[in-house]
Amino acid sequence: MIRRLFIRLVTHLDGYLLLALAMIMLLGLVVLYSAAGEDFHFVTRQLVNLSVALGVMWLVANIPPQHLARLGPPVYVIGLLLLLGVAMFGEISHGARRWLYIGVTRIQPSEIMKIAVPLMLAWYFDRRAATLRFKDFVIAAALLLIPVVLIAKQPDLGTALIVSAAGFYVLFLGGLSWRVLIGLAVAGAASLPLLWSMLHDYQRQRVLTLLDPSQDPLGAGYHTLQSTIAMGSGGIFGKGWLHGTQAHLEFIPERHTDFILAVLGEEFGLFGGLVLLVLYLLVIGRGLAIAANAPTLFGRLFAGSIVLTFFTYAFVNVGMVSGILPVVGVPLPLVSYGGTSAVTLLFGMGALMSIQTHRKLVKT
Amino acid sequence: MKFGTEIRNHKRELYYFRLRLALSAAFVLFAFSLLGARLFYLQVMQHDHYQTLAENNRISIVPIVPNRGLILDRNGVPLANNYSAYTLEITPSKVDDLDATINSLAGIIDITSRDRKRFKKLLEESKNFETLPIRSHLTEVEVAKFAVNRYRFPGVEIKARLFRHYPHMETFSHVVGHIGRISEKDMERLDEEDVLSNYRGTDHIGKLGLEQSYEQQLHGVTGFEQVETDAGGRAVRTLARTPPTSGNTLYLSIDSKLQQIAVKAFGQFRGALVAIEPKSGEVLAFVSQPGFDPNLFVDGIDAANWDAYNNSPDKPLNNRALRGQYPPGSTFKPFMALAGLELGKRTPSYTISDPGFYTLPGSSHRYRDWKVGGHGSVDLRKSIVISCDTYYYGLAVDLGIDNITNFMSHFGFGRKSGIDIEGEQSGVLPSQAWKMKRFRQKWYTGDTVSVGIGQGYNLATPLQLAVATAALANNGQVMRPHLVHSVQDSKTGQIRVLAPEARDTWPLKPENLDLVKAAMVDVTLPGGTASRAGAGAEYSIAGKTGTAQVVAIKQGQKYIESQVAERNRDHALFIAFAPADKPRIAVAVLVENGGHGGSTAAPIARMVMDYYLLGKVPKEQLAPDAAEEPEHD
Repeated sequence: MIRRLFIRLVTHLDGYLLLALAMIMLLGLVVLYSAAGEDFHFVTRQLVNLSVALGVMWLVANIPPQHLARLGPPVYVIGLLLLLGVAMFGEISHGARRWLYIGVTRIQPSEIMKIAVPLMLAWYFDRRAATLRFKDFVIAAALLLIPVVLIAKQPDLGTALIVSAAGFYVLFLGGLSWRVLIGLAVAGAASLPLLWSMLHDYQRQRVLTLLDPSQDPLGAGYHTLQSTIAMGSGGIFGKGWLHGTQAHLEFIPERHTDFILAVLGEEFGLFGGLVLLVLYLLVIGRGLAIAANAPTLFGRLFAGSIVLTFFTYAFVNVGMVSGILPVVGVPLPLVSYGGTSAVTLLFGMGALMSIQTHRKLVKT
Repeated sequence: MKFGTEIRNHKRELYYFRLRLALSAAFVLFAFSLLGARLFYLQVMQHDHYQTLAENNRISIVPIVPNRGLILDRNGVPLANNYSAYTLEITPSKVDDLDATINSLAGIIDITSRDRKRFKKLLEESKNFETLPIRSHLTEVEVAKFAVNRYRFPGVEIKARLFRHYPHMETFSHVVGHIGRISEKDMERLDEEDVLSNYRGTDHIGKLGLEQSYEQQLHGVTGFEQVETDAGGRAVRTLARTPPTSGNTLYLSIDSKLQQIAVKAFGQFRGALVAIEPKSGEVLAFVSQPGFDPNLFVDGIDAANWDAYNNSPDKPLNNRALRGQYPPGSTFKPFMALAGLELGKRTPSYTISDPGFYTLPGSSHRYRDWKVGGHGSVDLRKSIVISCDTYYYGLAVDLGIDNITNFMSHFGFGRKSGIDIEGEQSGVLPSQAWKMKRFRQKWYTGDTVSVGIGQGYNLATPLQLAVATAALANNGQVMRPHLVHSVQDSKTGQIRVLAPEARDTWPLKPENLDLVKAAMVDVTLPGGTASRAGAGAEYSIAGKTGTAQVVAIKQGQKYIESQVAERNRDHALFIAFAPADKPRIAVAVLVENGGHGGSTAAPIARMVMDYYLLGKVPKEQLAPDAAEEPEHD
């Protein structure tokens, strides 16, 4: 009886994924304890965050992919309406309009789009599967660009980047022609000056700071400068847990959120960083395998997009903290403190598990 | 297969999907090896470098505060500049026992409890390694005393810092404004604007006037020094240095001499004067009397001075030109006359017979003219020259409030002029909607009557009156008034002139304008209400006097100036432009409790116009050095 219940509970989970994810989260909590100044308060709250996110993952894993697919259009439309709501009535904080008050709590609709956009596009391609034409890619691109523009206007460069990546992966995996891809790349390079003129001053500053972090060491460059010092001084094996001087002397800003990797790099060195990268690779590898074997076009596209988006999170964050990418506010997946990103990421992981564990049902 | 009839080649599709997936996987591996390589580079190859930086207690960034931009008048006379003075500075991270150090410092240099309090506050707000001032303006004796005892105070030094100075004291206080210490609120705002990092090390920020509204131009760009420090926080060596960029210089359109003459012309009177170049909207003089000494505010004003300013019945902190709202009185009449002509309610020859009062049909209430017994027969031209109230009571009723509101708003009444300093009041141009909103009452025809002579609900700021007068002089084109003429870039030295900006262009019939202007010229000629002020002018002046009631006079009661307390006397108004045929200057003058416009306000305007047009300095101001010496100690 109990055995049966247990089996029922874990049927739709994927062991490999779960193991790799658990190890990442564990490593994250260990680093968080140090980053938060040895304060259990943050650790317990993060534990709550992760538990909620794991619950969401379990729930999603138990929803068959065809039901998931049907969620695409309504979730997308709701997300879009909320984004428009933000643009009109959003609350301004630090010069950006990102949040919407609904009753007692405030929500950040752009976060929903990280899931809604690939879901919507995968659903759309799946529906048009037999007759997928160039026209469909144009429509899909429009479905992608509308929310991205709204989010970029807020302005929230990090989220806009993640959402456009998530949507782009669906287009790419869905078979967007190479000619268009190369054309886009060329056009993109050509339109850089225009894009530049559309950026907000502080966004430009961040890009410039990337090219030369010492240019603005008081402001935008300060993060990068201090985090590279922290990482570099960590060496091969690090200064040891709770012994990072940079981190503990409060030189690193946002060291328990976006810049937590600097703490990890300082205390666990190159070794710690590589372990984390390998764990991420395990998740990504397993995810790619799931995508490759998914029986439906929806499953393939959605799974592929989720995995590559997960990769994008990790790549952008590590790149930004180690000083090779601009600072754009993207968390280190499942390591950075915060509930929203954990829920979004594990929602995706739940979808992966669902696509994997419902395979046989579809095939027969 | 859901749609269409094409046969799908599942195998082929899957093959292409997997190919792309494989490409993605290759990209992921490539990207991660890039990250791995970067980590290897930082943590193995550059490890020694970064370890040195980290272990020597890291890099500290020392901001270098830029010099604040100057504010000069149109001829380059400084209205706000900087001077250097010695300050005693402490670097807290280099001092073991801060309290003991300050106490023994106090033994050789005078340090007040106020200095200590201020230092403590700075300490709380500062980051590591910063050097903080504890006493400014050291005397030479104090500098010498410290030099002798220097060895006793590691971490303490004397530095030359720049201080803001307003050489003309009160004269430009309401234009230039002042700077003050950055407050928490300022910090929050700077943070929201994402410029906070540019204010590291900066203590002061523009608080009022041009210092506030042109803060971005004046502040400049903070430089910094990247200093390597050891575990004790001592600077070991400078790794890099980026010099600061000074703030830009503002050239005002204000003529400082003109402003001084205007200020002195007020004598003991309170009031405001705004002079504008009609074509461009450049403000030539902007006076609010009395002013205050902005120098007192730079480092926080002390309680005694603050109380003196704040409690003074003269209200020196009140910017009357910008924020004072007064009934425009009879200065409203030329605009009313123009409205009557333009809207076809009056012709030049239309004549009334003035018995000395006006009554609405079916009412016994008498709206009195200022002249008992009336002016006899009055046409439009005469109505302006002798300022006939009865004529305008009737005209207002014939026009109706909606027409008046619409017409006057074109001239800028009831709305902000858009001048380039903050805090402007918009005055009141009454309308039906306004009254409903303000009093929850509908508009009565009786309300319209007094609006016609610039009384009733009407309120205008002296700035608005000047803008409207300039617009009249400019044949109906309303220019945005501005105080800053040009900005000189501190880096390139280039001067960028701020272009004149039209706010409202309104086609008015030349013959109507000519008639009103001719009548206004007659105002300053014998027989007009400002004939004394216009006497002997070498150019023609178009003007209009006005009086604004301070206390209401009851029906049937008589206003006798000598019997009314000084502070309850009427305000005197005068608007003018000259030369009347080719206007180069438009002026609005308000003298609080000055009585009649013709006797107190108009002479002030005359002095200003005489200087601007002829370079003539008023006789009583010609005392030796009076024109040369800006300071009045």
